[in-house]
Amino acid sequence: MADVIASNETILVVGAGISGLTAALEAAECGKQVILLEKNPAIGGRVSQLYRYFPKLCKPACGLEINVRRLKANPRVRLITMAEVTAIDGQAGDYTVSVHIRPRFVNENCTACGACAEVVNQEIEDTFNYNMGTVKAAYLPHNAAYPQRYLLDPSLIGSPEAQAAKAVCKYDAIDLEMQDEQLQIKAGAIIWATGWKPYDAAKIQAYGYDRFENVITSVEFERMMDKYGPTGGRLLRPSDGKEARNIAFIQCAGSRDQNHLPHCSRICCMASLKQSTYLSEQYGQDSDARASIYYIDIRVIDRFEDFYRKVQADEKVHFIKSKVASVVEDSSNGDVILHGVNTEGYHRYANHHDLCVLAIGMQPSVPASKINGGIRGDSSGFIELDINNGAIFGAGCASNALDVNRAAQSATAAALYAIQTVNRVARAEQTMIGE
Amino acid sequence: MEKSASKQPPPTTTAEKYRNNFLREVEDNVEEGEWVKMCIQCGVCSGSCPLGSAWEHPPQELFMMIRAGQREQVLRSDSMWMCTSCYNCIVRCPRQLPITHIMHGLANYAHRLGIAPAQNPTRRFAKIFWDNIAHSGRVNELLLSIKLYFMNGFGEGIRMAYHMAGMGFAMFKTGRLDPFGLFMHKGIDNAKELQTMLTKAREIEDRRRGLGLGVAVKAD
Ligand SMILES: Cc1cc2nc3c(=O)[nH]c(=O)nc-3n(C[C@H](O)[C@H](O)[C@H](O)COP(=O)(O)OP(=O)(O)OC[C@H]3O[C@@H](n4cnc5c(N)ncnc54)[C@H](O)[C@@H]3O)c2cc1C
Ligand code: SF4
Ligand code: SF4
Repeated sequence: MADVIASNETILVVGAGISGLTAALEAAECGKQVILLEKNPAIGGRVSQLYRYFPKLCKPACGLEINVRRLKANPRVRLITMAEVTAIDGQAGDYTVSVHIRPRFVNENCTACGACAEVVNQEIEDTFNYNMGTVKAAYLPHNAAYPQRYLLDPSLIGSPEAQAAKAVCKYDAIDLEMQDEQLQIKAGAIIWATGWKPYDAAKIQAYGYDRFENVITSVEFERMMDKYGPTGGRLLRPSDGKEARNIAFIQCAGSRDQNHLPHCSRICCMASLKQSTYLSEQYGQDSDARASIYYIDIRVIDRFEDFYRKVQADEKVHFIKSKVASVVEDSSNGDVILHGVNTEGYHRYANHHDLCVLAIGMQPSVPASKINGGIRGDSSGFIELDINNGAIFGAGCASNALDVNRAAQSATAAALYAIQTVNRVARAEQTMIGE
Repeated sequence: MEKSASKQPPPTTTAEKYRNNFLREVEDNVEEGEWVKMCIQCGVCSGSCPLGSAWEHPPQELFMMIRAGQREQVLRSDSMWMCTSCYNCIVRCPRQLPITHIMHGLANYAHRLGIAPAQNPTRRFAKIFWDNIAHSGRVNELLLSIKLYFMNGFGEGIRMAYHMAGMGFAMFKTGRLDPFGLFMHKGIDNAKELQTMLTKAREIEDRRRGLGLGVAVKAD
């Protein structure tokens, strides 16, 4: 890693989700040197964990694939995975950033043949699938992962299985001696694109996420649809593996709530509308499967209104204007029962469903207060554009709750700010040379 | 309207001031009333109330009615008197409205205006309780129970007293009920001073709210 060359005209991008990727590529395609850090072993962020994208309902893989191609084609971007920032020193135009890199135990020789995984039996939590299952401790993060390279979990190191994995690799790709590394990187501007994480559903006590197996989150539901996901692409409820055909979606789960996240997470209305279409995809247009969406008000922004209309016209999707008061479990069969009042007419209900999906809120995965000793953010910790932040610019969901399209727009804007900063540095240096 | 002590408004002004603006009236006169405008009508309070099905208008509906200016329907309703202070709604309200307090505030305001439903049992109990404690500064459990049981007539009173006898005996055994309370009840020292304080507090509150002489206030 010692071969990382950077100057104060370099732009450092932290986080390689759709926003970080976009910002890095935009800046690099404008001729700037970019270093792109990613905490995970693969890039793509949360988008790679989606089954389909609204509004067009295409697979996220295509959007990411284009970016991976741009990335491979551009020598100006240096990608470092499993890397996190530990400290930032200096100021706009002249930062020194300390970076910690975790060992992967697998080098560039890896062809992703998977021979190592075959000799390893130890399993670890499958974080890509939100811990809905386990994976081998020698694994590829997911099928479409970039880099297409396996890694060994640190818990494996020192065991006979690690030795066996090393022995079986024909390409000499496994290096059990790999150590943690510390790096110092120079940069003129920093784009912070660490994205979002789902709000901790267990904190919404009345919905019983921590007590009832058939209460899940929207991100988990998304994984269920994936053919290679934890349920093999079927909507099977966790308690008994029964097909979920009568599904409740609870909107604003954690969002717009002074007790949890004060902001509107902005994407979850669209996410549930999208997910309601998964039922037809799974069971066919004429099935008895139905979705019930419990909402305060549906917030779909500008052109998404068309999408909403289409879903409204689907008679298999019911809309109940109500913030659900509580969820309980029918212990005889594992069904969930939603209690509340339908505010259109003040009707009290106790509705039974097979499965309850919490349209979980988004919060910044690294709040502004935790960046460089605390930079300016809003009350939810999303980074604000502020002169006091020097040349640290928020991009994508690190700066607001955004869908992919808006995240990419925000990333492009951040790239422009960063380019302006390093251009100023370049001009200043030129003047100095001229003198 | 001036809220000064010296200048009380003539009776018509108060009604005039809030004409068609019941929300303002609630904000000015009801405890925590300034929160009513913050409600986003999500319905979680109504759905969380354990007694919800017994209410004619659950909290969220009351808040909408206040904003819609349905003054009579709200103040004459017995809904807010159904609140048992379980606080379920408060802990779940996404806007953190102090719903329980607003319910009691509304009930209290309607009572002071003299338009609360006269026969509402919660109101009657509250009144009995208040008179009981304000009199001596300490609750006279025996008198309170008797008044409460016989609130709905003699026959009902006997039935209730019989029904609750076990509890009464247990309270007596643990020193929580004085069997001679009917004849002599030991209140606090200087109960008179307490009453002076309560009267003064009422005066200050009325002045602050522009009540008192402004509108017809009946204590019962
Ligand atoms: C249920 C659900 C469904 C959705 N469906 C859609 C949809 O259909 N269409 C749509 O447009 N949007 C959808 N979204 C929104 C979409 O997920 C976001 O817009 C998108 O993920 C934003 O990308 P991002 O790069 O800003 O953040 P992320 O995807 O979160 O990427 C951030 C990256 O930064 C990395 N990172 C985090 N912390 C660090 C650190 N400390 N150091 C280094 N790297 C770090 C992460 O590993 C990750 O790779 C959905 C959201 C939800 C919750
Ligand atoms: S987008 Fe919809 S579900 Fe999400 S917080 Fe906003 S209103 Fe609630
Ligand atoms: S819970 Fe709060 S915001 Fe929701 S309807 Fe009740 S008072 Fe209004």
